[in-house]
Amino acid sequence: MTTGRRDRTLRVAVVDYGAGNLVSIDQALTFVGAEVLVATSASDLDRADAVIVPGVGAAAPAMDRLARAGLVDPLLRWIALGRPYLGICLGLQLLFDGSDEDGASTFGVIPGRTVILAEAPTLPHIGWNQVERRHEHTLFTGIDDGEDLYFVHSYAGRPEGPGAGSVTLAETTHGSTFVSAIDHGNVLGVQFHPERSGGAGLRLLGNFTRWATALAAGAGAERSPVGAGGTAGGD
Amino acid sequence: MLRRRIIPCLDVADGRVVKGTRFVDLVDEGDPPELAARYADEGADELVFLDISAAPEGRSTLLDIVERTARRAFIPLTVGGGVRTVDDMRQVLRAGADKVSLNTAAVQNPALISGCAAAFGRQAVVVAIDARVATGADISAPTWDVLVRGGRDETALDAVGWAVQAAELGAGELLVTSIDRDGTRSGYDTALLRAITDRVSVPVIASGGAAGPQDFVDAVVAGGADAVLAASIFHRRIHTIGAVKQALADAGIPVRLSMGVGS
Repeated sequence: MTTGRRDRTLRVAVVDYGAGNLVSIDQALTFVGAEVLVATSASDLDRADAVIVPGVGAAAPAMDRLARAGLVDPLLRWIALGRPYLGICLGLQLLFDGSDEDGASTFGVIPGRTVILAEAPTLPHIGWNQVERRHEHTLFTGIDDGEDLYFVHSYAGRPEGPGAGSVTLAETTHGSTFVSAIDHGNVLGVQFHPERSGGAGLRLLGNFTRWATALAAGAGAERSPVGAGGTAGGD
Repeated sequence: MLRRRIIPCLDVADGRVVKGTRFVDLVDEGDPPELAARYADEGADELVFLDISAAPEGRSTLLDIVERTARRAFIPLTVGGGVRTVDDMRQVLRAGADKVSLNTAAVQNPALISGCAAAFGRQAVVVAIDARVATGADISAPTWDVLVRGGRDETALDAVGWAVQAAELGAGELLVTSIDRDGTRSGYDTALLRAITDRVSVPVIASGGAAGPQDFVDAVVAGGADAVLAASIFHRRIHTIGAVKQALADAGIPVRLSMGVGS
């Protein structure tokens, strides 16, 4: 693994598991000054300072493709090591225990499940909707509380257990209220698409790179060698 | 609260944006990525590209345009035209589209809708329906026929029935164009829109007939549309996106008024 990541551009591994459009996330990260590495295998993560898991669609095929690429355990290890991680849309949903959409078991990093949006007047939930913060975080610096960001999904992760309140970073209402951003230490997740959310989305991605740069500098100093075995799930 | 969307549509033929009346008499309107960036700056909520060039060699041109546009406009992009297989759809998504619009190919092979939804999720699948008031229909209770191949060919399908079936098969959104109104600046066909929005729970995009801001309000209020698409009135700067959104806001319709960002 590389060390010493000060004084240079943040390298963000965008995990590519064949799910679709990577052009917009690549362009948006480049726009905010990050260097993008498209990661299709575990070794691609070795050169990165931060990881973004994007994606749309259902959990089961995504987990299947990640597993076939040998990426599930390396991603769990990355998270367990305290390294910076952002899940977007499906990439957020995968952090929970499992998905009601197709019964898939997912990462199990955050207690809870991915459930259908209840009482939604239209499904899928497509378009710009307000993101209301439940606590402050660097990710939203300079972005108005209640800012419109772009969503396209029918399911959302629902945190459960005693930590549910503290991981809920922001909420959004479409019929009922659902969690639209999570904050779990080194793991952040957003249900909307910052790469498709105009100026506010770019600002959020810029905030992510600054947050990740600071975290990577700290975590790099403290990081201990990875132990044997790949069972770095849970938290 | 979910905002109603304003969507400029870029009909693309052989690498240029064009616009005709009732799908014929095409007029050159500009460079696709250039226009897309301008609209993103002006506050467009999404963009739709419809490739209306029939020539097979137009495919690689289109993919190049999609990628150049995706790299300039940080708002969602739907691409339609010529997608006939799941693999076609994959290519368009890989080029930078967020959603793909299916029209003629879905009518000819409805299983394409479910296949694409299974592969990429229904939120990425838009089914476009070109509808025309049925010949001899009762004006007080009209019905609409589905046309395909850019409005050239008739089908046996009823537009409302096809909309319901498409949503059941896995369409995540419906783009409903009135061929009677397209390019005529006589307003959206709100009866057509209402007949469909009353029957489906997926978002419906209204298309065809915009003349002024009030038409957008009518499409939402009378038609029940979740999003409203227009082409020539934006291309020719007859109305700005901002003016249309302001009219919606004044009518009490939630819209996104924050600044867009382009290149």
